[in-house]
Amino acid sequence: MPRRTDIHHVMVIGSGPILIGQAAEFDYSGTQACRVLKAEGLRVSLVNSNPATIMTDPEIADATYVEPLTPEFVEKVIAKERPDALLATLGGQTALNIAIGLYENGVLEKYGVRLIGADVDAINRGEDRQQFKDIVRSIGADAPRSRVCSTVEEALETAAEVGYPVVIRPSFTMGGLGSGFATDEAMLRRMAGHGLADSPVSTVLIEESVLGWKEYELELMRDRSDNVVVICSIENVDAMGVHTGDSVTVAPAMTLTDREYQRMRDVGIAVLREVGVDTGGCNIQFAVNPADGRLVVIEMNPRVSRSSALASKATGFPIAKIAAKLAIGYTLDEIPNDVTGVTPAAFEPTLDYVVVKIPRFAFEKFPGADPRLTTTMKSVGEVMAMGRNFPEALGKAMRSTETKVAGFWTGADDQRSAEELLEALRTPVDGRLYVAEAALRAGATVEQVAGASGFDPWFVDQIALVGEVGAEVRDAPSLTAELLRRAKRHGLSDRQIAALRSELAGEDGVRTLRRRLGVRPVYKTVDTCAAEFAARTPYHYSSYDEETEVEPREKPAVLILGSGPNRIGQGIEFDYSCVHAVMALQDAGYEAVMVNCNPETVSTDYDTADRLYFEPLTFEDVLEVVEAERAAGPVAGVICTLGGQTPLGLAQRLKDAGVPVLGTAPEAIDAAEHRGSFSRVLADTGLPAPAHGTATAFAEAREIAARIGYPVLVRPSYVLGGRGMEIVYDDATLEAYIAKATDVSPEHPVLVDRFLEDAVEIDVDALFDGSELYLGGVMEHIEEAGIHSGDSACALPPITLGSADLVRIRAATEKLAARIGVRGLVNVQYAIKDDILYVIEANPRASRTVPFVSKATAVQLAKAAARIAVGESIAELRAAGVLPASGDGADLPEDAPIAVKEAVLPFHRFRTVEGHNVDTVLGPEMKSTGEVMGLDTGFGTAFAKSQAATYGSLPTEGTVFVSLANRDKRSAIFPVKRLADLGFRVLATAGTAQVLRRNGVACEVVGKFSDGPGNVVERITAGDVDIVVNTPFGSPGNSGPRLDGYEIRTAAVSQGVPCITTVQGLAAAVQAVEALRRGDVGVRSLQEVHAALAGGTLGGPSTFAGTSA
Amino acid sequence: MTDAILVLEDGRTFRGEAYGAVGTTVGEAVFATGMTGYQETLTDPSYAGQIVTMTAPHIGNTGVNGEDDESRRMWVAGFVVRDPARRPANWRATGSLDDELVAQGVVGISGIDTRALTRHLRERGAMRAGISSGGLSAEELLTRVRAAESMTGADLAPAVTANDPYVVPAVGERRFTIAALDLGIKTATPKALAALGVETHVLPATATAEDLLAAGPDGVFLSNGPGDPAAADYAVEAVRGVLDAGRPLFGICFGNQILGRALDLGTYKLRFGHRGLNQPVLDRVSGTVRVTSHNHGFAVDAPLDRPTDTPYGRVEVSHVGLNDDVVEGLRCLDVPAFSVQFHPEAAAGPHDAAPLFGRFVDLMETARTGDAQAGGPPPQVEHSTAEKSA
Repeated sequence: MPRRTDIHHVMVIGSGPILIGQAAEFDYSGTQACRVLKAEGLRVSLVNSNPATIMTDPEIADATYVEPLTPEFVEKVIAKERPDALLATLGGQTALNIAIGLYENGVLEKYGVRLIGADVDAINRGEDRQQFKDIVRSIGADAPRSRVCSTVEEALETAAEVGYPVVIRPSFTMGGLGSGFATDEAMLRRMAGHGLADSPVSTVLIEESVLGWKEYELELMRDRSDNVVVICSIENVDAMGVHTGDSVTVAPAMTLTDREYQRMRDVGIAVLREVGVDTGGCNIQFAVNPADGRLVVIEMNPRVSRSSALASKATGFPIAKIAAKLAIGYTLDEIPNDVTGVTPAAFEPTLDYVVVKIPRFAFEKFPGADPRLTTTMKSVGEVMAMGRNFPEALGKAMRSTETKVAGFWTGADDQRSAEELLEALRTPVDGRLYVAEAALRAGATVEQVAGASGFDPWFVDQIALVGEVGAEVRDAPSLTAELLRRAKRHGLSDRQIAALRSELAGEDGVRTLRRRLGVRPVYKTVDTCAAEFAARTPYHYSSYDEETEVEPREKPAVLILGSGPNRIGQGIEFDYSCVHAVMALQDAGYEAVMVNCNPETVSTDYDTADRLYFEPLTFEDVLEVVEAERAAGPVAGVICTLGGQTPLGLAQRLKDAGVPVLGTAPEAIDAAEHRGSFSRVLADTGLPAPAHGTATAFAEAREIAARIGYPVLVRPSYVLGGRGMEIVYDDATLEAYIAKATDVSPEHPVLVDRFLEDAVEIDVDALFDGSELYLGGVMEHIEEAGIHSGDSACALPPITLGSADLVRIRAATEKLAARIGVRGLVNVQYAIKDDILYVIEANPRASRTVPFVSKATAVQLAKAAARIAVGESIAELRAAGVLPASGDGADLPEDAPIAVKEAVLPFHRFRTVEGHNVDTVLGPEMKSTGEVMGLDTGFGTAFAKSQAATYGSLPTEGTVFVSLANRDKRSAIFPVKRLADLGFRVLATAGTAQVLRRNGVACEVVGKFSDGPGNVVERITAGDVDIVVNTPFGSPGNSGPRLDGYEIRTAAVSQGVPCITTVQGLAAAVQAVEALRRGDVGVRSLQEVHAALAGGTLGGPSTFAGTSA
Repeated sequence: MTDAILVLEDGRTFRGEAYGAVGTTVGEAVFATGMTGYQETLTDPSYAGQIVTMTAPHIGNTGVNGEDDESRRMWVAGFVVRDPARRPANWRATGSLDDELVAQGVVGISGIDTRALTRHLRERGAMRAGISSGGLSAEELLTRVRAAESMTGADLAPAVTANDPYVVPAVGERRFTIAALDLGIKTATPKALAALGVETHVLPATATAEDLLAAGPDGVFLSNGPGDPAAADYAVEAVRGVLDAGRPLFGICFGNQILGRALDLGTYKLRFGHRGLNQPVLDRVSGTVRVTSHNHGFAVDAPLDRPTDTPYGRVEVSHVGLNDDVVEGLRCLDVPAFSVQFHPEAAAGPHDAAPLFGRFVDLMETARTGDAQAGGPPPQVEHSTAEKSA
C-alpha cells in the first residue's frame, strides 16, 4: 500500500523543553520524522519551543515555529499554515496532550486537519487506565487489580479491597509524575491528594502492588495493513517499583524462555490491535511474577517514547523514522531496512550483543530531595553501552555514566558487612549495582543478593562473575595476555585493572602492558540481524573479540567527541553543537566520526555521522577508537570542544598520547579554566574581574573574604553547571561550605570571588580564528548576577545595553580570545556594575547558548567552529557562506526580533523524604533541565511567549501575591503598582504591604506561613493566587524569611502557579502581561525571521502574523 | 576449563573452551539467529547432523525444563555458543543446560567469536565443520571434517523419525483425524492441531501412501525434518499417493519440499539457509506479512510470477520470504494441498503463522462436506499486483 495521496502538508509537534521524563530522545525522534516527511516531498510545519534541538534547525522542516507548546499557540500556527494532517505521536506526552486538546476543542475539525499516526480514541484507550485494563482483560490477558478514583476516600476504599501496599498512578501525567507506593492509609491519603492535583483530569489509579516482580517492555510497530512487528524486548534489572526510566535495563530480555517471551509478544500484539493504534510505534510494559511466571500488562504508550529511542539505538531499527513513514500510508514491507539495504523493515531485529542502559541522576543538585527510586522518574539522563556479553556491556555502561566511580573497585571500598549491605540493597537508590557487588564480595550469596535487591539471580550471578574475574586479576602472580583478555571480555577497564594491581603504575601502566601483550578491542557492527545480512551502516561498538569490522577509508577522518549522558549543566545543547560539527565537516570533505554513549541524542543516530562508535567517553575507550580509525585511514584529529566538559577533560591526555586535538589547544583550555593561569590572562589583557582568591582551607578562605568583602561567591575549580556554587554572606556559612566540600585539595582548590550584587550579567558567544573575532551573540540576563547563567532568562539582542557597551564587550572578548589562544568558540560571562565591565569567566568551548544564539541570529556558530578547528579562517568562512559576508551578531538590525531564553526547572519532580516539595529558589548552582525560546518583535511579547512556553501562560488578570526581601522593596514598587493598575488584586505580607501602601498600591495583608491558619500558603493551595512574587534572602537552612519563602514557593510549584523570584523577573513579567493584554500575539516561522535578518529588514508580510506593530 | 577447537572445512579455526560433552564431533556448520528457544532448537529433529551456532551470546540462562523439548532428545551434531550461563534462572527450570548437554552427549564449544563464524558462513555458505575437545589437533580435526558426509544428498529423516506409530488425541471433541508423516516432527505440531480438535496419527518417515491412508484419515500432514529433500524419494512417492487419492494435505518445512518434489518442482540448497525466529514472509493472497520461525537449508524452486502446471494441476507460490524472495509456501489450485516452508507451530518462535493450521482444518471441512463452496475456492494470488514494489 503506497503512501497516501491525500496528505500534502503535515504539521509535527515537538516535545518542548527538556524535562525529566521527556528529554532529548524526542529531538532524535522528531528530527527523524521531519526528515522522512520532507524527503517524501511533503511540506512540513513544526512547532517546538525548544531552541536547543536539531529538529528546530531551519533546514529540518519547511516552516519552523519556535513558539509555546500550548493549544492557543499551536492553533495560531495551524491557522497560518493550514496543514492537512497533524502528526503528534513523536513529541512525547506534550504533543499528544496538545493534539487531544485541539481535537476536543474543535480546532482540528475547524481547519480540516486530520490526526495521523494515532487517533484520539486509541490514545484515550491507551492512556485511560481503566479502559486499558478492560481491553487487556478482553483479550484474555491479565492486569493488576485496580480502580480509578477521583477522591481520596475512594482511593482508601480501593486500597482496603486490594490490600496494601498499593500503587498510585495519576492519569495523564508523563514520566510517572506523582506515582508512588503507599504502604499505609496515612501515606495513601497524602499521595492520592498529590496525585489528584497532578492529574489534568483529577483521577488516580489505585492498584494491587506488583512490587518486586520482574519488569519487561516490548517496543512494537504496526502498519495500516495490520502487520505488527516487535522491535525490541527490554528487561529491567531493577524490579517493579522503580520507574523504567530510573532502572538499569538490558536488551534483549535475558531471563525468558521462548514460550514465555512468545506469550508476552502475543499479548503485546493483541493489546496493540485492540487499543487500535492504527499505524506507528507503541511501547507496552509487563510485569512477571518471578515465583510462578504470572504475566500482567502494566501500561502502554501509543507513541514514540524514551524506550523506543533506546530500542532504536539498541537494535539499529529507527522506530521514529519508520513510524513517520507508516503514518503517511506506507506498510512495513514497502520500507527498506536502511542497515542492510536489501531486506525490508517488516521483520524483527535480532541482537548478537547485549545492551545495557544506566540512568544518570542529579540528586546532588536538590539538597533534601528523597533519593529513593520510585515510580516517579527522577533521572535526568542515561547512558547506553553494548558489548558481546552482559558483563562487557555493563562495565562500559558503568564507566559511561561519568559519576565519581567508573565501575567496580574504582571508588572507596565499601566497609559495611554483608548484612548491612544486604539491608541497604532493599531500598532502591542510585548505584545499587555497586552495593550488590560489595555484598557478594563481603560473603553474601547470589540468592541473598537477589532476594534483597529484587534483581534476577542471573544478573546477580553475572555481577559475581565480574567479581571473580576481578579477584583473579588481583591475585594472579603476574598479568598474562590470557588473563588480561579475560578481564577485558568481562568489561574491566584499564582503570579498574589498575585499581586492582597497584604495581602497574595506574591506568597508563595497564594500557602499556595490555598493548605490549596485544590485547586490543575489535569493533563489531550493529546490523539488526545478527550478521545474517551484510550491513551498510558503520555503527560500531567495541568488544574484546576476534574479528574487527571497521572498513578502510580514503578520506581524512575527524572524530567528534560527544557529551555523554544528559545531566543538569550538560545537555542537549552540546549534542546540537556536535551534530552541527558533523554536518560542517562532511561539507568540508572529511569523514565525520562520532563517539558518544547517550542513546537519547541525534548524534548517536547512525544516520548522522559517517561512522558512529557507541562507546564510553573515557580516555581508554576514545583512544582505542582513534587507533582503530587510524588503522582504517588518515585521521585529521579529534574535536573536544563541542561536547561540554566531558570531552574537554580528555583533550590534554589525548594530545599527550599523540592524538592531534583540533581547534583550541588543551593548554589554552587550561589557561582559561585554571584560576591561577586565568588571572595571568586577565592581568595581561588589563581586564577587570571581581576581586578573588583561591583557598584550600577555611582559614585561607576567610582571609580572602575579609580582604575582598562579603558577599562572596564560592565554588570548586573545574565545574560545569555551577556544581557546588554558593553565595556566602558570612564566616559561619563559609566555614560550613568548606567543611562540606570534601574534595578540596591543592589540586582542587575552592575559588572565592567577590560577588557583585545587583550587577547586570552578560553572556557572549564568539568565534575566533587567531586573527579575527566573530561576535556571535550578546545576551543580557534578566535575573541579576548570582543566578547561574543556565537558569537565568536572557534576551538577545541585549535589551538595555548601549552601543558603547557592545564596543567594550567586543574589545574585551577579542583580547581574551587572542590571549587565551582560542581557535573556534569561546563563551565569556561579564557583569556590568557601576559602569565597569567585569570578566566573570571565559570558556574556550561551545557553550549551552550556542543553539539559542544560532536560532536567534540565523548563523550556525557550531558549524563555523568545526571549520575553524580544521584550519579555515573566519574570512574564508564568510566567503564560503558559512558566516555572513559582513557584520556579526553584535550589529543586528535595529528592528531585529527579540529572542528570550527561559530555563525550565524540575523542582516539582523532587520531594523530600517527608513528601514535601524541595525549594525552588535559584542560585549560582544550575538546576534547570532545559530551556525554551520566545521570539517576537518586542521584549514584552517575547518574554510572555517564553513564560507561556515554560508555565503554560502568564495570567492577564487575577491576584498577585508579593513578598519581598528588604533590599528588593524599593525596586519592586513600580512593577507591582503597574500590575495593580492593570487590575490585579494584590496580596502581600505585612512588611511588603506597608511599603506598597505608602506608595499608593492598595493591597490586602496576608499572613506568612509561620503565622498559622489563613496564611498565604493556604491561599495558594486553595487556588486564590495567580502569580507569586517572592524574592528570597539568606542562605538555605536559615530560619525566618528564608523558610517562609520556601513554603510559599513550593506551594506555588505544587499548584502550577508562576513563581517569580527576582525583581528583574517581575519587571519582565509585567511587560509580558501588558503585551498579552494588548492581545493579538502572532507567530512567525524561523525561516521567515532568518530571511528577514538576511535581508536586513523586517518589513512586509514577514512580520509576526497578527502582531500589532 | 578444557580447551576446544572448531575447524571449518575451508580450514578456518576457532579456539575456545569445551561446552557440554567433551569429545569430537563433525557436521554441517550453520547459524541460528533466534534470541530465545535454545531448548527447542536443540531438540528439533531438523537440526540433526548440524553443528548449530547460536548468534545470541548468552545461552542457557533459563536452564532446561520438562516442557519445552520438541522431541525425545537433542539432535544437533554440535553446539557453538559464546557465553554459556553459569546457572539457570527461571521458575520453570529443572536443570542446567550444560548438564543436559553432557547427559545427552552433545559436544559443544564456547567462548569463540560466534559473530566472526556467522559472517564467515554467511559469506562462504554453510559447510562441514568439526568440534573437538578431545585432544585432536586442528589438522587432525580438519581431516575428519573433510572426510565427513556432506548435507547435500543426505537422507536423515529415517534416522530421526519415531519408528513406532503413536496417536496424539484431540483436545476436547475430536473433529478430524489425520495421518502425519514423521520426517522429524516437533511436539508442537500435533499439539497445535489437537487444540483445533484434530487427532493426529503419527507414522514413521518411511510410511507409504497406503499406510497413511489406511485408517481413512480426513487429511495427511507432512512434517518438518532434516536432510536433503532430493534424497527422500520414499516420501515423495507417499505424497504422490495421497495427492492421487485427493485427500487434503498440508506440509511444513521439509514437507513443503517433499510436496514440491511430488509436484515435479526442483529443490536446491541455500547458501547459508534460513534459521531464525524473525523471518518476514508475505502471504501473497492476503498481502499481510507474518514474522515466522525458520529452519531450512534447502528450498523449492518455483516461478513467483505465475502458477506452474504440474501433474496434479496448477500450483502457485503462496508465500515468499521478503528478505531474499525465497519460495516459502505452495498452494495447489486443483487439488486440496498446500504447504509452507516455515514453521506455523513455532516452538521456538512467533505464533503469527498459527492460523495456517486452521486453514488445514478448513480444507478438511470442505472436503468432508463435499461442498467446494463451503470454504470457497482457494483464493489466488493476484500476480499483477502482489509483487513487491521495488
